[in-house]
Amino acid sequence: MRQWTDERMERFIGGLLRIGVLLAAALVLAGAVVFLAHHGGERPDYRVFRGEPRALRGVGGIVREALALDGPGLIQTGLLVLIATPVARVAFSVFAFAAQGDRAYVVITLVVLAVLGFSLLGTGP
Amino acid sequence: MTFLTMSLLVWAASLLAGFLGALTGLGGGVVVVPLLAVLFHVDLRYAVGASLLSVIATSSGAAAAYVREGVSNVRVGMFLEIATTVGALAGAAVAAHVATGAVAVVFGLVLLGAAGVSLRHPARERGLVAPPERIARALRLDGSFPGPGGPVYYTVRRVPAGFGLMFLAGGLSGLLGIGSGALKVIAMDDVMRLPFKVSTTTSNFMIGVTAAASAGVYLARGYIDPGLAAPVVLGVLAGALLGARLLPRIRSHVLRLVFAAVIVALAVEMLYQGATGRL
Repeated sequence: MRQWTDERMERFIGGLLRIGVLLAAALVLAGAVVFLAHHGGERPDYRVFRGEPRALRGVGGIVREALALDGPGLIQTGLLVLIATPVARVAFSVFAFAAQGDRAYVVITLVVLAVLGFSLLGTGP
Repeated sequence: MTFLTMSLLVWAASLLAGFLGALTGLGGGVVVVPLLAVLFHVDLRYAVGASLLSVIATSSGAAAAYVREGVSNVRVGMFLEIATTVGALAGAAVAAHVATGAVAVVFGLVLLGAAGVSLRHPARERGLVAPPERIARALRLDGSFPGPGGPVYYTVRRVPAGFGLMFLAGGLSGLLGIGSGALKVIAMDDVMRLPFKVSTTTSNFMIGVTAAASAGVYLARGYIDPGLAAPVVLGVLAGALLGARLLPRIRSHVLRLVFAAVIVALAVEMLYQGATGRL
């Protein structure tokens, strides 16, 4: 097996980021088209903050809406992919530092991953 | 205005913001929020949520292109991300408990700072190697990047001060929905004395991770509206990619001046509307 040098790690991360962004953009665009086809003629009101419905605030609800090919659900799924992309990058770095035998940085990276995990899973409504 | 008209207008404005943000190196988020709030009368919380996601998109998109050059410092980035992500969580927590008017005032002040940074003379490279410092050596932060005549080695300085500034950068990112790229570069370039090229690419790398930390909080609070976030994310991303492609062919001095003037105008508007309780 080839070594996970810093350089090879960076190239892999580059590919990971590109795929994440492309997939997210495609989902958001598809969702926007579906949404505007159904609601394009209605009037938005963003002056007053109401907050999103509960179904569009958590991973489970968003995926359910998206599977029903609901526009906002598809957009939120794309946005989740977008948020997950840098998180995946950090998760991969844990593995890469471990493969390099760099224990200090495995710990540092796990700390960053824990903060991200807390934000995404620990702060629900 | 219908959803369709608004989406198209917001998309066009975001495209322009992303384009100018890429050309000036400030990022699109810093303009998108005041544009949405001042021009489109969008509640600041929705504006901040949409902007934050566009920040993740441009950071990941640009980083994908930069990493191949192999100049970013993965260890420096990862170590400082502890500070930026914790700061981002703190910023997002503060955002929930203060009036939007106060957030607008902070935003206005940050805009004025960003205008100043955008007018600074870009990168002059200094002597790269100073005597190694103990913390940087213990964390193995010192690095090298490929130069024309073989690898160029550099040392990293004043790690604790840089770490502290990164916490602040993360906090502003979480509070205002911006990337805080300018502040991150200042921390790495001016304080930690990393080579400019390494600072900018590493900063870009970190922005996405920092923004992801507060995005989770925003999503759970219902700040992220799909109908608004879609045109903002797609617009800023397209504008940033276009800007990065045209960057080598454009003389950016005049553009910097124009952009700085726009930012100052938006800053004054945010300060005024924030202080008088209109935002």
